[in-house]
Amino acid sequence: MKSSFHGTEAKQKNMSEAINVQSGAAHVEHHDAHSHGHHKETFVSKYIFSMDHKTIAKQFLITGIIWAIVGGLFSVLFRLQLGYPGQSFPILETFFGNWAKGGQIQPEFYYALITMHGTVLVFFVLTAGLSGTFANFLIPLQIGARDMASPFLNMLSYWFFFLASVVMISSLFISTGPASGGWTVYPPLSALGQASSGSKLGMDLWIVSMALFVVSSLLGGLNYISTILNLRTKGMSMTRMPLTIWALFFTAVLGVLSFPVLLSGLILLLFDRNLGTSFYLSDIVVNGEILANEGGSAILFQHLFWFLGHPEVYIILLPAMGMVSEILSVNSRKPIFGYMAMLGSLFAITILAFLVWAHHMFVTGLNPFLGSIFVLLTLLIAVPSAIKVFNWLTTLWRGNIRFTPATLFAIGFVSLFISGGLTGIFLGNSTIDIHLHDTMFVVAHFHIVMGVASMFGMFAGIYHWFPKMFGRYMNSTLGYIHFWVTMIGSYLIFWPMHYQGLAGIPRRYLDKRGWVSFNDFPELDKMITIVSIIVFAVQLMFVFNFFYSIFKGRKVTNPNPWGANTLEWTTPLRPGHGNWDGEIPEVHRWAYDYAKDGRDFIPQTEPIGENESKH
Amino acid sequence: MQTFFIVAILGLGFLITFQIAKASEYVAVLRGEERARKQTNKVNAFMLLAFLIIGLIGVYYCNEQLKGKILGEPASDHGILIDRMLYITIALTGIVFVITQVALFWFSYKYQESDKRKAFYYPHNNKLELIWTVIPAITLTILVGFGLFYWFKITGDAPKNSMVVEVVGKQFGWEFRYPGKDGILGKKYFKKVDPANNNPAGQLWEDEANHDDVFMEQEMHLVVNKPVKLVIGAKDVIHDVGLAHFRMKMDAVPGTPTTMWFTPRFTTKEMIEKTGKPNFAYEISCDQMCGQGHWSMRGVIIVETQEEFDAWMAQKKPQYLVANPDKDPKAKTDTAAKAPVAAVMTENK
Repeated sequence: MKSSFHGTEAKQKNMSEAINVQSGAAHVEHHDAHSHGHHKETFVSKYIFSMDHKTIAKQFLITGIIWAIVGGLFSVLFRLQLGYPGQSFPILETFFGNWAKGGQIQPEFYYALITMHGTVLVFFVLTAGLSGTFANFLIPLQIGARDMASPFLNMLSYWFFFLASVVMISSLFISTGPASGGWTVYPPLSALGQASSGSKLGMDLWIVSMALFVVSSLLGGLNYISTILNLRTKGMSMTRMPLTIWALFFTAVLGVLSFPVLLSGLILLLFDRNLGTSFYLSDIVVNGEILANEGGSAILFQHLFWFLGHPEVYIILLPAMGMVSEILSVNSRKPIFGYMAMLGSLFAITILAFLVWAHHMFVTGLNPFLGSIFVLLTLLIAVPSAIKVFNWLTTLWRGNIRFTPATLFAIGFVSLFISGGLTGIFLGNSTIDIHLHDTMFVVAHFHIVMGVASMFGMFAGIYHWFPKMFGRYMNSTLGYIHFWVTMIGSYLIFWPMHYQGLAGIPRRYLDKRGWVSFNDFPELDKMITIVSIIVFAVQLMFVFNFFYSIFKGRKVTNPNPWGANTLEWTTPLRPGHGNWDGEIPEVHRWAYDYAKDGRDFIPQTEPIGENESKH
Repeated sequence: MQTFFIVAILGLGFLITFQIAKASEYVAVLRGEERARKQTNKVNAFMLLAFLIIGLIGVYYCNEQLKGKILGEPASDHGILIDRMLYITIALTGIVFVITQVALFWFSYKYQESDKRKAFYYPHNNKLELIWTVIPAITLTILVGFGLFYWFKITGDAPKNSMVVEVVGKQFGWEFRYPGKDGILGKKYFKKVDPANNNPAGQLWEDEANHDDVFMEQEMHLVVNKPVKLVIGAKDVIHDVGLAHFRMKMDAVPGTPTTMWFTPRFTTKEMIEKTGKPNFAYEISCDQMCGQGHWSMRGVIIVETQEEFDAWMAQKKPQYLVANPDKDPKAKTDTAAKAPVAAVMTENK
């Protein structure tokens, strides 16, 4: 109880600081309050119900990693089915019983696996695990704040996520199985228990879990926004903020504005499922049973879903973009090229993200004229994306690049973002989408541009900020192996999938041997399966490296190991709750003065020199 | 046993890797971190360049291996437009892909850390940024222009002379209804669906347009070079009529009918020759997740000449007569019909 009081106090102090233009005196006083709190911290308040943004970040990260292993394992299982249809793997029956009768993955199980893989990776890993981790960790450290605007809500944000995780996990163990209508849970399939066993209790649990998740995301997002707007240290004007913070800011805005729409859509779905309403249901004869529902629109759900679903793509991608910008700049020892353009393109992407959702619906019977508007807006997104790519390239140009594992993953991110972004131009064009919609081409596209690319951004972030998080380094040799296997593997897995899509092979087909048109790629499917097993094994190696290094990694002795300008590296080696021992440092410049006037780097805290050149 | 071996090998490989990684860390500390870092830097820079070159060769190789398997000639008039748009896009994005990937990896290699060079302070250049805002914008305008031109052609109204077929998806199969001689699909209502009494589509028998409608499942026949308009619906959940060879696709939504039209260019027989597959069939695939049988929801379209089609259609009995055998004029001659007068009257209308 002490700690919750402490949290409110800290919050009020933080707020008053912001209002009082943060005088030095306020900082000292504030700090006193903190060290006072430290003595009374117990194990529970320090590691479990912690209100320290750094601990909460680690909680998000570790939960995210556990989810990533689960989600990744699911993909290995269904890849086995895709690569070796009809072959028996007795070990599967040992572990999964009737779900894998005779050692073969049953269709219900297959669809449960892909649905959970998508849900887990999109929401639990790449939303909570990515922005939950890095927004929490980096925002206060990089803008010079002692903690979030509301540490208490921040703590709740994690624990709502935890609850959502518990509910989702529990749905894996019920007899009718978890939700299995695809991660997009389109009704009527998801609304009717008669239509699929996964649409029984599993679907209710899915909705409840997602509702808790939305609450978590909103608590987090509102906190990120108010912290960035109110708690910046003296001198940290908005345009002096590192691009990571800008990216996390826009991510939070996207989440706050779009997640409630998903929630409303899901609540209507819950009503249709349990209360006999007809929001999404009409004219249905399922399994010989004629339902009474009339007048609903199944397409309405898709509008509500994609109104979140598309911004969600950028919720996943923007934090990665921000971190990649930062990491590329630091390690090429050069300023990020075109800071304002990077900022503008982030802003443009954020706005456009809300205006393109119906490009997921070109073949739903959407009015062709409406479709044409969405084509235009969708392809417009390519412009800010192109600006970002060219600016990253120019950042590398004439740099002095250090290939840390983080740098390599950042370069990998750019490569994947280019590849996956360009195939987006195919799918965003409704004419081509008629042929490619819901084929393996889509799978290849979004895995490269959103899944793997963001994962690369996350890896880059972990390798880069691990020293700050845990005071130790990760083993970089394992890091290099991790990068190269993942990079080569990702292209081997997803590049050829485009061809399967061009051949018209639909998504979510677990066995293509009954088809004349789609059965041309059995060898390719085997190759992809083998590569994905190897890539998954290497991810486990990364996880091992991560946990091993927390306890046994080489200790960090240099407080600024990468020679970076940003504020997090001015904190002590292992910062306590409150981040800075003394006053919060004042900021005098932007975050990207690398190689300026012949100096390797000039930290943000250094006042502008008299003879310093202007940029 | 096999599984055990795989796990054991993976475990062993991991152990070795880990030991090497640990050792290299110690060596780095002993030899001086600065030197060790420079060495790994060189290795990684070289690997990036190698990745670029081998990767581009791989992209070419992959294309050579797989390009023969991606369906070949489009089998509908709309397919020609869609493929043309596809190839325009491949050409433009292909150029961008090669330029940007080469720049990315080449810069990474060329500007690897070196004592001889200092990084160049280059925070922005408005002219450059303007160039790479305008060029993508122009390129995309071209793509949008072509795309929408084709899009409106494809989604525009079907020609007046097109034949009409109703396609309905259900878990897990396809139902078809032909409008018969009058060219009009009779009204239906889902609450009248009654397979036990031969009314699987829920046709309203009081609507006379229904009396000549022909119902069938799984196999649909179309006429070559004759436009066809599909009226698409679903009974239970959302399905999708995916016609890969025709390059067409449209969702089947319960409660909201959708349409699409196209003109088949080749008969099934011609396609057997073109593809060299003796078992070739135009397949209807369900492209929207619809439940556990989604992957096996296959239908077949047979494209044939008008004569073949007419001969086939002539054998079909309207569903009205299947459901109401007493109204069948042919049946009347066999057995004593209950209401021959009424039957004749309806037939004449």
